[in-house]
Amino acid sequence: MAYKRPDGRNYDETRKIEAKVGIIKRADGSAMFSFGNSKAIVAVYGPRQLHPQHLQNPEKCLLRCYYDMMSFSVAERKRPGPTRRSTEVSYVTSNALKKVLKLEDFPNSVIDVYILIVEADASTRCAGINAASMALAHAGIPMKELVSSISIGKIGDAIVADLTKEEEDYSIKKDGKEIKAATDIPFAFQSRSGKISLMQLDGKVSIDDLKRAISLGKKMSKKIIEIQTQALKKVKEDKK
Amino acid sequence: MEKEEKKTKTKKIEKKEIKEEKEVEKKEVKKVEIERKKREMVVPGEVVAKGAEFLPSDGTRREGEEVIATRFGLLEKTDRLVKIIPLSGVYIPRVGNTVIGQVIDITFNGWIIDVVAPNIAFLSVAECAGYINKKDLAEHFGFRDNIVTKIKSIKLKGIDLTMKERGLRKLEGGIIVRINPTRVPRVIGRAGSMVNTIKSETGCSITVGQNGVIWVKGKNPEDELLAKKAIDLIVQKPFIEGLTEKVKEFLIEQKKKPKIKEKEKEKEK
Repeated sequence: MAYKRPDGRNYDETRKIEAKVGIIKRADGSAMFSFGNSKAIVAVYGPRQLHPQHLQNPEKCLLRCYYDMMSFSVAERKRPGPTRRSTEVSYVTSNALKKVLKLEDFPNSVIDVYILIVEADASTRCAGINAASMALAHAGIPMKELVSSISIGKIGDAIVADLTKEEEDYSIKKDGKEIKAATDIPFAFQSRSGKISLMQLDGKVSIDDLKRAISLGKKMSKKIIEIQTQALKKVKEDKK
Repeated sequence: MEKEEKKTKTKKIEKKEIKEEKEVEKKEVKKVEIERKKREMVVPGEVVAKGAEFLPSDGTRREGEEVIATRFGLLEKTDRLVKIIPLSGVYIPRVGNTVIGQVIDITFNGWIIDVVAPNIAFLSVAECAGYINKKDLAEHFGFRDNIVTKIKSIKLKGIDLTMKERGLRKLEGGIIVRINPTRVPRVIGRAGSMVNTIKSETGCSITVGQNGVIWVKGKNPEDELLAKKAIDLIVQKPFIEGLTEKVKEFLIEQKKKPKIKEKEKEKEK
């Protein structure tokens, strides 16, 4: 039996996407991106002088990403401050974005990217990367291309795009035991070259299924790039 | 007779046609002008020009046959040159820019200046004209003093400044207005038209730094605040056509207002 999605979406259909640029007045660049109920806001500051000085690199600029979920973003209050999870997400986000930035243009300085999750319903890191990519462009930082991110999942035998929390926790009953049957694979693609700059895997998946997931991700990322481009082109007035 | 009439009619029709054609041509010319003025928005990674004849300039790069945008902003093509005018972001220093900076530290041989750029700037004593008492550099430029200065060179370690040129000096009195550096060309206007309008209407002396720091000094604080209001107006509405005229109208209107109030006060008395 084919898997049916709880919200009635097609396999290659995302939730309602909303994108906005220039939402934070005092930041050098800012953006908002949401997949349905997952919503991320991003503020970019810099390039600016880096302190402490021992972190300065005379060859290139440092990219500092800070990802955090706000305490009210999840059903049960999340204690504010960094956790193991948020540190990891910050790290992979900065790696996903580093590849497209021309960091060698600004030696000894830093670009700060603050990603805050206002509302979480799975694939928050993807929303965060999408918003951060837009915010970096808005901050006028030289970039080779944009980055778009989407989570692809394997539920049962189906390969689907943009999982919700409910789908992420999908399980089947086997021999009276509940077995987790969902695999979540967040991807980030570069807009022009189509290179993968983020891929994480949580669960089990066969090589064939992974290939299918990558091709679906590439297809979906083109749609997201379109939305990001439209949102960026809408900004005409800089409020600063 | 009939034939002649017909001939004249046909001639008239021909003339009309010619006129119409001319009008069409005029319209087309106008359209082209509008298209030139309407600059397209581009995002990083977008192909902005195809062909080997185009030359990539600021904010673009070449990849094979195509020219690709590396910055977010407005695309401008002048003949073969492709350029992107940024709409937002911090100030990126260039050699030869005149900027306004603030003294944030004094060392044994110069001053460290904040020019609102990714790196701090250094002004050496050797780059200052005139005699300077080396024992007390604060006598010359003290902490938090604002100075007009020029970028001499940009090195890995930071920016080097110079004061050895006309018009570079310490700024005394007045107010500082900070705007986004991408708006500086608008505030200056074509050949300084905008800044000159504000200067003549408010009677203030204004210095605009390329880093988005503007110094305004007038005879009284009211004039300075009026100039600041005008600058804010320019920054908020940078895409309106005929902005110089609008700013002029705005300033004249603003100048009238207090006078009316004074009159009312006189009446009350």
